[in-house]
Amino acid sequence: MEVLRIATSGSVDDGKSTLIGRLLYDTNSIPQDKMEALHAASKRKGLDFTDLSLLTDGLVAEREQGITIDVAHIYFSTPTRKYIIADTPGHIEYTRNMVTGASNAQVSLILIDARRGIVEQTHRHFFIANLLRIPYLVVCVNKMDLVEYSEARFNQIVEDFQQMLDNAGFKGQEVKFIPISSLYGENVASRTGAIDWYQGATLLEYLEEVSFDHEDRLHPSRFPIQSVIRPRTTEYHDFRGFAGKVASGHFSVGDEVISLPSGQKSRIKTIEQFEKQLTVAHARESVVITLEDEIDSSRGNMLVKTDEVPVQLKEVSANICWMDQQKLVSGKTYLLQHGVNRVKAKVQQIHYVTDVTNHLQNTEKTEMGLNDIGKISLKTAAPVFADAYQANPANGAFILIDEFNNTTVAVGFIE
Amino acid sequence: MTNQINWEFPQALEDEAIYILRETVAQFEKPVLLFSGGKDSITLVRLAQKAFYPGKIPFALLHVDTGHNFPETIAFRDWLVNSLGLDIIVRNVQDSIDQGKVQEETGKYASRNALQTVTLLDAIEEGKFDACIGGARRDEEKARAKERIFSVRDEFGQWNAKMQRPELFDILNGKINIGENVRVFPISNWTELDVWNYIVREKLEIPSIYFSHEREIIERDGLYWPYSPYLNTTADEVPYRQKVRFRTVGDMTCTAAVISEADKLEDIISEIMEAKISERGARIDDKRSEAAMEKRKQAGYF
Repeated sequence: MEVLRIATSGSVDDGKSTLIGRLLYDTNSIPQDKMEALHAASKRKGLDFTDLSLLTDGLVAEREQGITIDVAHIYFSTPTRKYIIADTPGHIEYTRNMVTGASNAQVSLILIDARRGIVEQTHRHFFIANLLRIPYLVVCVNKMDLVEYSEARFNQIVEDFQQMLDNAGFKGQEVKFIPISSLYGENVASRTGAIDWYQGATLLEYLEEVSFDHEDRLHPSRFPIQSVIRPRTTEYHDFRGFAGKVASGHFSVGDEVISLPSGQKSRIKTIEQFEKQLTVAHARESVVITLEDEIDSSRGNMLVKTDEVPVQLKEVSANICWMDQQKLVSGKTYLLQHGVNRVKAKVQQIHYVTDVTNHLQNTEKTEMGLNDIGKISLKTAAPVFADAYQANPANGAFILIDEFNNTTVAVGFIE
Repeated sequence: MTNQINWEFPQALEDEAIYILRETVAQFEKPVLLFSGGKDSITLVRLAQKAFYPGKIPFALLHVDTGHNFPETIAFRDWLVNSLGLDIIVRNVQDSIDQGKVQEETGKYASRNALQTVTLLDAIEEGKFDACIGGARRDEEKARAKERIFSVRDEFGQWNAKMQRPELFDILNGKINIGENVRVFPISNWTELDVWNYIVREKLEIPSIYFSHEREIIERDGLYWPYSPYLNTTADEVPYRQKVRFRTVGDMTCTAAVISEADKLEDIISEIMEAKISERGARIDDKRSEAAMEKRKQAGYF
């Protein structure tokens, strides 16, 4: 069974949590006791309807303020698919949590309040979804009931959004617009008949049909080594296997591989998945690889095919999203973690900070603050075996860690 | 729409969990697996076995025994540890009570559920464990839905929900400051159904109380409570025998039974899919308030 990962985002009060509540409700994913708890909680808040958003806002502070602070993960399934929704905050100060939620998504679901149209946060959310190159974008124009289900209003918003798409850096996203009312369930999992001028798919129908192209299997083959398995038992005395998850592409028994950074070559002897022997391992599969020859490889190294060797970068140019209260300081050294490999990296230069609403690049800035997005260059203490994010996303992203407090301060996308 | 059962386990979830376990062992000095004897921690043991095969599981199991466990769970625990040759550390809530660190609750709702946090934190400190691997899932409860895969806890085991580290793609940052430790949740993205489908696919053994059996129960607050010497009952709560099973494995004082004839895994799964109440709906410990889980997590609960 396939797993489809969706990230939702929207401005405060766009009705994002209500939409998710609606999806769960209409797919029978809310058990009776949870439903009863929702009724009771809504009543305590003095509401005369069942507030489905109370289902996802899991923290006391969120329920008090009626906002989403951190990513909530919500699960439901249909007979064909398992869905994971990362429900992310719309508030500007929690943008980093939005990036967190969106980083694993195949579908980005952007909500727009039909009355307000595109707002500053729509730009920000779209910019991030585009920066992350999320393949599918669903734009739900919500609260259609409050604009009398007006087709003209919907078309206006689509037109405005189209302008944003025209300015986008990455043009390869598939975009779908759906007029919905999450309060009444129109075009979420079913049609209520309120909108007769829209004949397209409901949100759930669309999600059920999004195709998995498994594009990452076609990308260059990368196997970051997590650890070396050496049991040293009588039965497996000479066993030496490299444990890891295939980042992209695929590896087959007999493939000639090169280990980075040592440059030593060998051939794949076996690919093992517990007691099973495989002939091929595809992207995202966790396996153990053994080689014909004893070569020097350990955690943080990478196996690649001899005809697909990545450039070994010591100067990294990347778009980053800054995620920490403390500002990014040019000249400061951070830890760069690319996959499972960590190296020291010094910030050489901040090239510009991008205004996500109009895509203008401010080259005057000498620092980056919380939630800023911009381009920097770094110098690393040891080579990084990365691809450009746009060519191979699975091997093109990294995080920066502050060495003094160990927190994750940025995510970067290699140019 | 009716609930149709998809029996196929999503393989992506196993690959993800194995990756997380390998990261845990690579990034931490002394990980430990928090073992409760329930289906989720049994699943974790299987995943750990696979992640490091043909090597041994490179960490011990830690069981915080409240003294109120189902005897069937303890028997299962001992069987599993023996048959797989695992290392296990057992720490008892009774010791924390004897040391005067916690006080036994009184009244008819008395349970040791909240008390075990203190025993757990002491065991973490004593064992110098910097990573505790747990079987919590995000679909269980809405505070858990917010938790990261690598969830940093301070010296007092506290979870700061409003200041969680960003977690991007599958890049896991296990760097921590002295005194901090990390709770690791490899099956965060699994649902109850995923766990059951995995148990079927992997042909895993589970404690007998998951299957229908006859036992003495009492009725209280619309729930069926297992009758045991640990349960404080009132005069009008008269135990009687009934065919039941348990959907989760917790203490005998805070886990309610469901009336069931399901004695095969397939029947259990069908029953769950048709059930009108959620998994934790039978957990009396969650019923204390809407924020019961968040409060316990802040205090260091697993």
